[in-house]
Amino acid sequence: MTGNIQLLSDTLAKAKADNRAALIAYLPAGFPTVDGGIAAIKAVFDGGADVVEVGLPHSDPVLDGPVIQTADDIALRGGVKIADVMRTVKEAHAATGKPVLVMTYWNPIDRYGVERFTEELAAAGGAGCILPDLPVQESALWREHADKHGLATVFVVAPSSKDERLATITAAGSGFVYAASLMGVTGTRESVGEQAADLVRRTRATAELPVCVGLGVSDAKQAREVAAFADGVIVGSAFVKRILDADGDEAAGLAAVRELAAELAEGVRRVS
Amino acid sequence: MSSEFFIPDPEGQVPTAEGYFGAYGGKFIPEALVAAVDEVAVEYDKAKADPEFARELNDLMVNYTGRPSALTEVPRFAEHAGGARIFLKREDLNHTGSHKINNVLGQALLTKRMGKTRVIAETGAGQHGVATATACALFGLDCTIYMGEVDTQRQALNVARMRMLGAEVIAVKSGSRTLKDAINEAFRDWVANVDRTHYLFGTVAGPHPFPAMVRDFHRVIGVEARRQLLERAGRLPDAAIACVGGGSNAIGLFHAFVPDTDVRLIGCEPAGHGVETGEHAATLTAGEPGILHGSRSYVLQDEEGQITEPYSISAGLDYPGIGPEHAYLKDSGRGEYRAVTDDAAMQALRLLSRTEGIIPAIESAHALAGALEVGKELGKDALLLVNLSGRGDKDMDTAARYFGLYDTDAEVAADGGAGTAEIEGDAK
Repeated sequence: MTGNIQLLSDTLAKAKADNRAALIAYLPAGFPTVDGGIAAIKAVFDGGADVVEVGLPHSDPVLDGPVIQTADDIALRGGVKIADVMRTVKEAHAATGKPVLVMTYWNPIDRYGVERFTEELAAAGGAGCILPDLPVQESALWREHADKHGLATVFVVAPSSKDERLATITAAGSGFVYAASLMGVTGTRESVGEQAADLVRRTRATAELPVCVGLGVSDAKQAREVAAFADGVIVGSAFVKRILDADGDEAAGLAAVRELAAELAEGVRRVS
Repeated sequence: MSSEFFIPDPEGQVPTAEGYFGAYGGKFIPEALVAAVDEVAVEYDKAKADPEFARELNDLMVNYTGRPSALTEVPRFAEHAGGARIFLKREDLNHTGSHKINNVLGQALLTKRMGKTRVIAETGAGQHGVATATACALFGLDCTIYMGEVDTQRQALNVARMRMLGAEVIAVKSGSRTLKDAINEAFRDWVANVDRTHYLFGTVAGPHPFPAMVRDFHRVIGVEARRQLLERAGRLPDAAIACVGGGSNAIGLFHAFVPDTDVRLIGCEPAGHGVETGEHAATLTAGEPGILHGSRSYVLQDEEGQITEPYSISAGLDYPGIGPEHAYLKDSGRGEYRAVTDDAAMQALRLLSRTEGIIPAIESAHALAGALEVGKELGKDALLLVNLSGRGDKDMDTAARYFGLYDTDAEVAADGGAGTAEIEGDAK
């Protein structure tokens, strides 16, 4: 069973051919419950997302702001396990035929076993992984197994990344490159940093991979701004916040994330 | 040798250029911090090679910290340890009251060399926070200290000290609201403000170069103690004993003795209510290899890599990780690690207070309790060196509640049983 890296690449290429940026949504597994999380992902796809990143919640999410910390906490208190994350990927992909990635910190995968994790993720129909605390120089073992199972390794680049290092990272990465719009943790921001366009330009100079921008994007206006210079727009905290704001009303939460996905999907179509 | 007190590791065998001590260490950090962490490594290498850096740091260690710290023999305490001779390395007598100042002054000088104007730090017991706030006052740097909310309560005196020194203290309310969570929050701050901010990491964990650099700044502890003990006792100790949370005072004591293979290196971890109860922070005793806060080492975690909440009466040892060099020493057999319960540590704290007139920090009391055990195991000819890493003033509220020393607590405590045994009965 091989993973869906090709589906991911084709999806991003199709968006490009349509002269638009792709919309990539993030939602944690097990939030607010495992089944509720799966329903939320389906709703986000239904609203117009092209790709979904499923968060594997971690006890120590050092790169996440308060919104995703809260969601991770709810998921972990609910007892979410890696098996639940795999089921989330499997059901979300099977129901939509769209590419689904996992985003998490390195320790859960290291502890679970890289071989076992990549094998199960590929079997679930996963397209790859984003591992923001696994820098390229520590990633050889992960990449060996990800490659074997047809999974993308999406590296994060930051405004502080020097050009030489960008080249090293993009040479090792696959699927797309996750460009952090600003120096900071996840969370919604008033504006997307000006550094983002420069980072995308510098990253593109090193590789053919699509470059997608995340951190801080929360509404259609920001999505449109980013879509003007990036291959994809990544939105996480804004989706999570809609579910938190629904305060336990599952139907309201699903409607809210579907609506946000539709607005953002409109935003990433550059020509207004 | 131009420097008497700044003595970076002359062997240079570990870590590797990538920061590995055997299988442990490395640099598991977000891309946004790679440039900053690399800058610290480059600047530290430059500083090590610069006699002016050594001269400045030496001057501070002598005239500000008060080095060398004393070596005190404690015969009345040692009567409870099978008659062994015990010497204490008095890091509690340093300015600010613990070993932490050694590392803080080194990194504060480095901060200036990097042209950064703001320092952030985590703190558990508050000793690293106080030392950092002190150095920032001395050098005119902005200072923000992250401290778990639980710890701000049990170490309230140190919170007041930090604020008196001009630091901003932020109580962290996430997770277990202790040291681990303070570090998470400091990393989040660093990612967002890295341009002008240095993260003055307080222990020998974290990404490379912190484990090696912080160790180098603390090596002076063992180097001094080794020389002092040779003068005073005429021989090397049978064991060098220190408490272990993240592991900075222990590695500082141990490192100069690593080549002396007859000297046992014994780290005392916090067993809390007992390792078997699950309420402990004995990472090397009960943990498994994993990644936490930027490096691979032993970690308290579940089977899916979620970090489990640690517990210790000592805020400074209440941490689910451990510096990678300790993991390396453990696996190689050169270091030995044993777990000491809250109760054993508190009894040792009171015993040292009443036999020698020295009130130790609860952290250091774990090493003292370990020394009582090791002394009895080795018998009366044994010579033990114990690192008294900090003084206990900050812990008086915890100790007063534990032993019922407040007037209003007296009757309650008399019925309380646990922890109120008389000294004679303690040293078993």
